[in-house]
Amino acid sequence: MLKEPYQEYLRSDELPSVWCPGCGNGVIVKALVNAIDSLKLKKDDVVVVGGIGCSGRTPFILDFNTMHTTHGRALAFATGIKLTRPELKVIVAMGDGDASAIGGNHFIHACRRNMDLTALIFNNAIYGQTGGQLAPTTPQGKRSATSQWGSIEPNFDLCQLALGAGAGFVARTTVFDFQELKGFLERALWHKGFSVVEIMTSCPTYFGRMNDIREPYEMLHYLKDLTIPQDAAAMEEERERMRRLATGVFKDEERTEYTQLYRELCETAKAATDGSRGE
Amino acid sequence: MADSGANNKKKPRLIQGNEACAYGALYAGCRFYAGYPITPSSEIMEIMSRELPKIGGVFIQMEDEIASISAVIGAAWAGAKAMAATSGPGFSLMQEGIGYAAITETPCVIVDSQRWGPSTGQPTKTAQGDVMQAIWGTHGDHPVIVLTASHVREVFEMTVTAFNYAEQYRVPVILLLDEVLSHMRENVFIPEPGEIEIIERKRPPSLSDFRPFKDLSFLPFGDGARFNVTGMAHDEWGFPAQGQEAERQLRRIIDKIHVDVESLALFDETYLDDADSVIASYGITSRAAESAVEQLRAEGLRIGFLNLKTLWPFPDFLFERLPAHIEYILVPELNLGQLVREVRRAVQGQRGQSLRVEHLGRVDGSLITPQQIIETVHAFTGSRISTEGAPRC
Repeated sequence: MLKEPYQEYLRSDELPSVWCPGCGNGVIVKALVNAIDSLKLKKDDVVVVGGIGCSGRTPFILDFNTMHTTHGRALAFATGIKLTRPELKVIVAMGDGDASAIGGNHFIHACRRNMDLTALIFNNAIYGQTGGQLAPTTPQGKRSATSQWGSIEPNFDLCQLALGAGAGFVARTTVFDFQELKGFLERALWHKGFSVVEIMTSCPTYFGRMNDIREPYEMLHYLKDLTIPQDAAAMEEERERMRRLATGVFKDEERTEYTQLYRELCETAKAATDGSRGE
Repeated sequence: MADSGANNKKKPRLIQGNEACAYGALYAGCRFYAGYPITPSSEIMEIMSRELPKIGGVFIQMEDEIASISAVIGAAWAGAKAMAATSGPGFSLMQEGIGYAAITETPCVIVDSQRWGPSTGQPTKTAQGDVMQAIWGTHGDHPVIVLTASHVREVFEMTVTAFNYAEQYRVPVILLLDEVLSHMRENVFIPEPGEIEIIERKRPPSLSDFRPFKDLSFLPFGDGARFNVTGMAHDEWGFPAQGQEAERQLRRIIDKIHVDVESLALFDETYLDDADSVIASYGITSRAAESAVEQLRAEGLRIGFLNLKTLWPFPDFLFERLPAHIEYILVPELNLGQLVREVRRAVQGQRGQSLRVEHLGRVDGSLITPQQIIETVHAFTGSRISTEGAPRC
């Protein structure tokens, strides 16, 4: 097999991964290690924290410091790691269930705090690992194991949620566009502060099978047609926009990062204590 | 801490149990605290928020208790001695993370200042109702160490012990306080650095063949060993395991605590040599028990006292070796019968019908009084004293 440059970042003993044939998660992992490679990060200085679900299996196959945590809490674990060792690059791989359902509280507060974490949301619009149940991101009308007559629930726009909660870098793309994905991940990793990249990924096994999009290539086309570049989105009819999610970088603004503010707070506290001792 | 006590080493300080807990944690080397406000534990968090930044430690107020315990575990894997303090409702939320800490052998300390429950219950009223939850609260068989204290001075010492055990055994250690002990003030001599031994995490002899889930040695993230940590059943390298390997690992992490039950057991034994009755208690209730024992001894009753500071692993051996002349054990506690079950289990089979174990529970949010204990002992032993003028409960 031809050796790819990114293979040094993979744990070959753990491959193949548990992901199904046609799953889009491998595309995200390849884009991620390419982005890490382009940033010249040392493997020992990178921590990848995962939640629970298909996306949560990302840490196992990557040759970094890796942690597979509990459902929805990956950001809270990452918060403890980053605050203790701010020099480490901490990347969080979450599913849409992690980020928008069980861990929604942790997600909005991580956006608000603006700690230097890179949060990737692998959004397959369904609970894949448990057998294809409804997610808060399942588009209205789509079928799942727990919405067999079609979902009546409006689906979450996680980028709007991240923007509302104060994240500094917010972007969305799909596994259909590898180059855009890799570029967004590089920018997210460069961003000093909390960054969110939502990646629409394909699940032919459950989402596809239950919604008559069975073939992996059909799912990729479905994701392409589900989304629209944000510039074009602005020109579409409102009805059209409602059915398609905008892609692109929605925000890229830096504000003072949390661990830096904490360091300054320590200096203030220490100076005040030293001062009072001198009196 | 430096400006609040260490300068006056000859003088005791009048401090709350919660203050003693925070100072004990700092003394033990705690450098990470994540928490969420809850009565009656909040003072621990407030003191840590004030003190940790002064010494370059980390304090963060999280969005809930689940996030708090998760951040604590993350911090531990980044190399910090870490803790969270909470009370009943928050402790229930933390069970998810306690299970993760147990299976990943993460050293960390969780303080639960017990209040009347279940649910919101009576937030400012005391109880000892979380004993079984501390031992068995998270799902699956899992190792934890559960400690308690009955004096403010002891809160300081047991907090240090909690960190020492956590580091030594790579295990979550739960320290059970209660509302009264948390808020009660007593004189405490804060020890000087070096007076109490502090145990640090054991590092592996070499980096190259480090297996994070083989034994008690530990390396944090970022130190050059790129391993995996997971809450799934895992092998010595941290990758998923099933069947016999999963069983072997589960037995290993439980055995590492239970084989050392005798050295983990902290307790006080008094007057057992000639006793025919024993009061076995723990935590704040031991204060009343101690007083009751002295009064009963003064009456001439042959009564002994067993004060348990380590509640789990349960010190069965203490009960197995009780002298044959002991016929009666009374277990007073602020619940409807929790640790008494462990006492009954420990004596079961040893002495058959000749040893009777009785429970004295109180769940009105107040403490068990010495008088209540004395009356219960009298009722059993048939001894009578005048209760005239004694306060009734």
